[in-house]
Amino acid sequence: MTRVTSQATTDLDAVRRAVCDVLDPEVPVLSLGDLGIVRDVYPETGVDDDCDVVVDVTPTYSGCPATEVIAASVVRAAARLGYRARVRTVLAPAWTTDWMSAEGRRKLEQYGIAPPSGRAPVRGPVPVTIASAAPRPKCPRCGSPAAEELSRFGATACQSLWRCTACAEPFSHFKAI
Amino acid sequence: MTVPATVPLPPVTDPVARYCLALGDDALVLAQRLGEWLSRAPQIEEDMALGNIALDLLGQARTLLGRAGELEAAATGTEQPSEDDLAYLRDEREFRCVHLVQLPRGDFGFTIARQLVFSTYQHALYSRLVGSADDVLAALAAKAVKETEYHREHAVQWTLRLGDGTDESHRRMQAGLEAVWPYVDELFADDDVAIEVAGSGTGVLPSSLLSGCEPVWVDVVGQATMEVPTPTAHARGGRDGVHSEHLGYLLAEMQHVARSHPGATW
Repeated sequence: MTRVTSQATTDLDAVRRAVCDVLDPEVPVLSLGDLGIVRDVYPETGVDDDCDVVVDVTPTYSGCPATEVIAASVVRAAARLGYRARVRTVLAPAWTTDWMSAEGRRKLEQYGIAPPSGRAPVRGPVPVTIASAAPRPKCPRCGSPAAEELSRFGATACQSLWRCTACAEPFSHFKAI
Repeated sequence: MTVPATVPLPPVTDPVARYCLALGDDALVLAQRLGEWLSRAPQIEEDMALGNIALDLLGQARTLLGRAGELEAAATGTEQPSEDDLAYLRDEREFRCVHLVQLPRGDFGFTIARQLVFSTYQHALYSRLVGSADDVLAALAAKAVKETEYHREHAVQWTLRLGDGTDESHRRMQAGLEAVWPYVDELFADDDVAIEVAGSGTGVLPSSLLSGCEPVWVDVVGQATMEVPTPTAHARGGRDGVHSEHLGYLLAEMQHVARSHPGATW
């Protein structure tokens, strides 16, 4: 513990940078920094004597199966800089796609996944309709705004499945939540 | 997982811990039921949809069971049971889930009928729990309210498609509603634990959630050209650990490995 607290804050900045550069295991073009799930990095203050730094991470979804892999990757990233990190799961405030960086949205689109469109929806009355209430994403391949939803749930909990009616290709969309 | 001194675990006694167990067991058991659809749904998209919904519920259950263990240990001064201990090492009578979630998965119409009821209930519940006096419950609710909104939308859309679809899909969707409705009332029954934690601002009185759910069902079921059933008998006892025969088989499958190889890791 004393090792880090006695050093300049630039060390914490280095840990923060390294941790933010860790890639999401399920969407490996996005870093944890792009996703906005690293909430804080600070010196360990006595809870666990075997650690130097604590990294606060907010899960994207309650049941996200990548959570454990992400925690292990964070610990490894800090270890490469010579630090022993502990990951603390912080539930509040709840993660939202609004925290995803502009750079992250650009990378997602290049990767072929339509980024979350607009801001996370504000809750209203229950829509009793078969048509999707969500704003339509643009096709990440041809850029056409004409797309139809195939399924509200895609390859991971955070994605839905769409088909472009212009180029006929199916694509994933990172849901705004 | 370390192996606790007593297997099965002794009953959980702290009221807030018991409340967390009730909500967590609902989510855990329904996650198991929905997981059974993987590779068996009518389309591959539905394999993924039901699997993803199950995963959300499992995540909610992990937080709720973990919190139950923390609170119980703090209240009784005993060793803290982990989320795994509580999921795998409690016997059937110590589970606090309602009957609705333990019913076998049935056909797709039945599963959608159950999802319509449960996702609407859970969404109403989490909408209120965001104001819970318990920080963990409030934080979980803030996340889960968004997840259950997607679950509810999924169920609403399928109810409309199946109810207002072909004669056969209409018949089976209506049959699903008829089979599910005797189990709806139990979700909104005020048991002693719920009354106590609602009084302290930690939990929500189940009966107070019904007025937010019923109009949704009437609207959706009506637009789907079906009728909301009016059952004459209602299930009871799940919150007291009195279950149907179905839960025992589900738990046997879910707990088998953990109990056969105590403390095993990989």
